[in-house]
Amino acid sequence: MQNNSINFKKQATIKLADVRLQNALSRLQSRFVGGRAAVISEINDFQETRTAAAAVRDMALNDLEHWLLQFEQQATARGAVIHWAENGDDVNRIVAEIAALHGVRTAAKSKSMVSEECGLNDALEKAGVKVMETDLGEYILQLAHEAPSHIVAPVVHKNKEEIADLFADHHHTPRKTGIAELCREAREVLRPVFLNADMGISGGNFMIAETGSVLIVTNEGNGRLVTTLPRVHVAITGIEKVVPTLEDVTTLLRLLPRSATGQSITNYISLLTGTKSSEDHDGPEHFHIILLDNGRSSILGSDMQKMLRCIRCGACMNHCPVYQNIGGHAYGWVYPGPMGSILTPLLGGLEASPDLPNASTLCGACGAVCPVRIPLPDLLRNLREKQMERGMKTRQETFLLKSWAWLALHPKIYSFSTKIGVRLMKMMGGNKKLIHSLPGAPGWTNGRDFPAPSGQTFRELYQQGKHS
Amino acid sequence: MNAREKILGKIRDAQLRSNANNGASVENTLSIAQHLAQHPRGPQPPVIGDLLKNFKERCLKLSSDVLETTNRGDVPNLVARYLNEKNLPTQGVCWPLLSALPWREAGLDIQSRPSNSQDAVGVTGAFCAIAETGTLMTLSGKETPPSTSLLPETHVAILEPSRIVASMEDAWELVRKEFKQPPRVVNFISGPSRTADIEMTVTMGAHGPYRVLVIIAPLT
Ligand code: SF4
Repeated sequence: MQNNSINFKKQATIKLADVRLQNALSRLQSRFVGGRAAVISEINDFQETRTAAAAVRDMALNDLEHWLLQFEQQATARGAVIHWAENGDDVNRIVAEIAALHGVRTAAKSKSMVSEECGLNDALEKAGVKVMETDLGEYILQLAHEAPSHIVAPVVHKNKEEIADLFADHHHTPRKTGIAELCREAREVLRPVFLNADMGISGGNFMIAETGSVLIVTNEGNGRLVTTLPRVHVAITGIEKVVPTLEDVTTLLRLLPRSATGQSITNYISLLTGTKSSEDHDGPEHFHIILLDNGRSSILGSDMQKMLRCIRCGACMNHCPVYQNIGGHAYGWVYPGPMGSILTPLLGGLEASPDLPNASTLCGACGAVCPVRIPLPDLLRNLREKQMERGMKTRQETFLLKSWAWLALHPKIYSFSTKIGVRLMKMMGGNKKLIHSLPGAPGWTNGRDFPAPSGQTFRELYQQGKHS
Repeated sequence: MNAREKILGKIRDAQLRSNANNGASVENTLSIAQHLAQHPRGPQPPVIGDLLKNFKERCLKLSSDVLETTNRGDVPNLVARYLNEKNLPTQGVCWPLLSALPWREAGLDIQSRPSNSQDAVGVTGAFCAIAETGTLMTLSGKETPPSTSLLPETHVAILEPSRIVASMEDAWELVRKEFKQPPRVVNFISGPSRTADIEMTVTMGAHGPYRVLVIIAPLT
């Protein structure tokens, strides 16, 4: 997928004016945010489980080479073929080659954010393979030629009326408006797709080094169908998604659905190991696993490594006041919200997404809910620092920050200038003690008044307190 | 250099970088071997009291239906009554190892073969079940094709109550004890298939079964 995050400000402004979008996004609040709050209490020590989950991810990341080699060895022993891809183009080429090797004409795909990174569907269509998305949300987006706007609920930005129109157009059936009817219609259209596809394409939520297995989590059951019925299965996942043991993944599975959708457990969890045996009636004869780097290895070992703990639950975006108002498309690439504001610049270059590290109020909600304890606000701040170091800030911002730094290092001048400042501002506030427009910072008072200070600095008040 | 070597090389470089930063220990290889051998568990929420009772409660929360009998021969009658009450078709398939149950006598047309997507009912057993979440665990194999629990609109699972364990960790332990390695696919099934993709409204029967009936029946 093309990285369009350079246009964040323009896109965010458009989305902010979109009331229909905000109505749609408000549903995330009740279902995912409310649902999460209700089910995390089922775990006695939720905080301790988060710590354990973070430790599992760190263990994997700190010895990533070892665990990947162990995974490769185990998976190969069971008949899977491992492919390594440096970037999205590599993935597209490898999948096209697999398709050619096995004479594949049609592919049924379950949701995979990694494949969105690569723009796999377009590449496969060019290679002559017909690809059908089978996750209901992704299927709707494929009909609408749109990108997902949320990593868990990809079509959260659309309402059922729009979906009803799309289905009536594409299925040539009478327009339905009930949600259950729409789901039934998609099921009936997609069932033959599963049965006839030569190849199934899935993501992989986790790789288990101990057993060489790929683990996938779905509610709809399409993940099971695309990995059971077609004769070829291709799983595409990031190199960071490995975990050591079955017990380790279990700890993560206690948190993933709870944090993602507010469910205690996802409907289907499938542990896929190797190919169909001679005795099996179903299952793929060929199992290919593609491990994508695409910039992940450059995050490893850096001060941003904790970002690689991410298990793609979406909780950080569900709780983000910025995401809640602008949705996912404004972020311009596959990953939106706080995790996207960090991953997109890390994977696609800070220069290509200058606004994303600043698309946060640093309210801290994302870091507080992250199941693997990624300090998202700290990482956003790291990126802002890097922007400063690389001279990526506007001249005005650089000047202001530098002046502030100089002032903060000179206590006497600092004390003198703040004394003048608060007295001036008190005068500006008048009787109502509110400042209607702040000179030099009009953006601050465009939508609200600035409360005037009392006329004394904190230091003065502190000194008085000490003497009284 | 191929992609594999390049990526592993980058990872190795990064690791050196971070080991230098974090002072990671040389004991790493040892702790890796230990970790694999011991596969330690993380914190688990305790399942308080009777496993069966916990399991049944969690099943209902997942929108599964639960029936119980002490007589395994009675299972087909329970299935027939359930399907008739809901006005559902009585044709379907079962796992080969369940073919001996008196299906025909109960008025059902249940054949012992893998499902072909036309079948209305799929009857399976379960390798074990998890009380913590109300989850069924199935293992693929010649006698236990996974599509039986997936393609039909109604999934019936017959569960031996002594196979209910507390947690997923306990379930892995059973797999380790009874098999050398996991089969082609291990499926954890937690209620009927569902989607909330349209307006975040939960709707049952996305691509898999619309309903799951768990029948708890001892083997003897
Ligand atoms: S950063 Fe944390 S909260 Fe956000 S998607 Fe990743 S794991 Fe979930």
